[in-house]
Amino acid sequence: MKILVLLKKVPDTGLTLQVKPDGSDIVRDNITYVINPYDEFAIEEALRIKEKLGDVETVAISVGDEGAKEQIRTALAMGIDRGILVKVDGFWDLDGYTTAMMLKDIIEKEGFDLILTGKMAVDDYNSQVPSYIAEFFNIPQASYIVKLELEGNTAKVERELETGMEEWELPLPAILTCEKGLNEPRYPSLRGIMQAKKKPIDVVEPSVSPAGTFKKVKLAPPPEKAPGKIIDKEFPESVKELVRLLREEAKVL
Amino acid sequence: MANILVYIETKKGEVREFSLEALNTARKVADASGGKVYALLIGKTDGFDETLAHYGADVVLKVTDDKLENYLTVPYAKAVRAAMDKAEAKVFLLSATSLGKDLAPRVAAKFGVPMVSDITGLEYRDGKFEVVKPLYAGKVYGTFELSAEPAIISLRPKIFEKGEPDTSRSTSSEELSVDLTDDDFRAKVLQVKEKETGEIDVTEADIIVSGGRGVKGPEGFELLRQLIDVLNKAGVGKVALGASRVAVDSGWIDHSHQVGQTGKVVAPKLYMAFGISGAIQHLAGMRTSKVIVAVNKDPEAPIFKVADYGIVDDLFKVVPELIKELKEVYKVD
Repeated sequence: MKILVLLKKVPDTGLTLQVKPDGSDIVRDNITYVINPYDEFAIEEALRIKEKLGDVETVAISVGDEGAKEQIRTALAMGIDRGILVKVDGFWDLDGYTTAMMLKDIIEKEGFDLILTGKMAVDDYNSQVPSYIAEFFNIPQASYIVKLELEGNTAKVERELETGMEEWELPLPAILTCEKGLNEPRYPSLRGIMQAKKKPIDVVEPSVSPAGTFKKVKLAPPPEKAPGKIIDKEFPESVKELVRLLREEAKVL
Repeated sequence: MANILVYIETKKGEVREFSLEALNTARKVADASGGKVYALLIGKTDGFDETLAHYGADVVLKVTDDKLENYLTVPYAKAVRAAMDKAEAKVFLLSATSLGKDLAPRVAAKFGVPMVSDITGLEYRDGKFEVVKPLYAGKVYGTFELSAEPAIISLRPKIFEKGEPDTSRSTSSEELSVDLTDDDFRAKVLQVKEKETGEIDVTEADIIVSGGRGVKGPEGFELLRQLIDVLNKAGVGKVALGASRVAVDSGWIDHSHQVGQTGKVVAPKLYMAFGISGAIQHLAGMRTSKVIVAVNKDPEAPIFKVADYGIVDDLFKVVPELIKELKEVYKVD
């Protein structure tokens, strides 16, 4: 069995981000990057399947810049067998379609039984790439999974939606996107980190470029919020005042 | 300007509010530029015509099929593709719900075009869409231009107005048959467990009562649930329980309640943060809430920077008093 894990390099979610004065990008000096947190669930799930079934090859693939090797290396240190980087400078400006097209050739070449990835990337919040890829390869997809059981050639999943839970069954090959709650991603062990240094990361050039029908105009900081007020009355008057303000001033209660 | 197709989600026999937001947005674009608005229903399609007409649909397209009662990506994408042709639509709008986010890019793939997801602002000019969308969970706002044809756009729920229903409007409806094969049903829905009545997801709520590190444990969340109970009885809107990452990672509450960059992005009319310090990744997920209340013992907590109203105090004092006050004001038990 072969599992491909798609991952993305994203700025650490703990960071405050500044926009460049010309609005062309965020300030990227001194930013620390991480694996998109949802993709970590995909990595972990791939490793668990491998541990359970034994004869499984796992490959991490990323569209990213040279630096994204570091995130791929982390996946290898967690236990993924090898990595592939589709090298694109400024990959954060790519639309989902172009990214998926860039992945298409390499996925085709590799072949797969299962593709796992995060339900979305926490930089652009798009959740696009998995659906594009599913359509390109004419395979079924199930998104936001919090439970996965493989029985032979069939995946049984639980999907978590804002309206409730759904249980789906789909035959492989398929693509699944992972939601928090699926598993608890492991940290790379020291041994894993040492082994990862010897694992290969192939670098390939993308075979397509953006069509130009999606363009960034500018970035800006979030709209300013008017400063709020601290209610300076003593308890319990403070609570009465809060309820009054919410009803009479804000009119939300 | 050509026609616009809007996918309509229904739940328990009603049109979801988010779909009305998309419909009204389509109406505005169509009014400004000419063109008709087609509303698409898939699966169960009876009984929605009037609502859809009142909120802006010129024509209701129906793919009525028992096999499509539950959402499945592949046949739904195929139905949308057929409806785009039928409507001669150059634009496809829908709400970026969990369904919408799954469906829209699969449709875009059929056309081989880029799309934009989860936007919070939209303008149609000179045959192109200029959209605004939060990036990095709202730490940055991006403006983008989409000139792809068709233009496929998903709208962040609760941002766009659904508008006032215009009861003078009417619509025609047309049945559309889509050629579906066994191959389209490789994925199967085995079971649907809808949330229990009264249990509201944070993304659907009008009011979110949210707890963080200061809540100290599952018992603290029980206290917040009591507050929710009173708000429910007061009838002030749909109320949901939220949580910060610390509270979720400590195992005090299920992750489905998590608000933030690695949880859910929310925009209720009222967000009440109890014992939440306001880490950047949490603020990213809730700063578009219309009104924010913060209760925290630490006057330096960053949450106060985004709060409209703050109380510097112990939540274990404030919440019981708040419950008491609300019971008095709304005359509920």
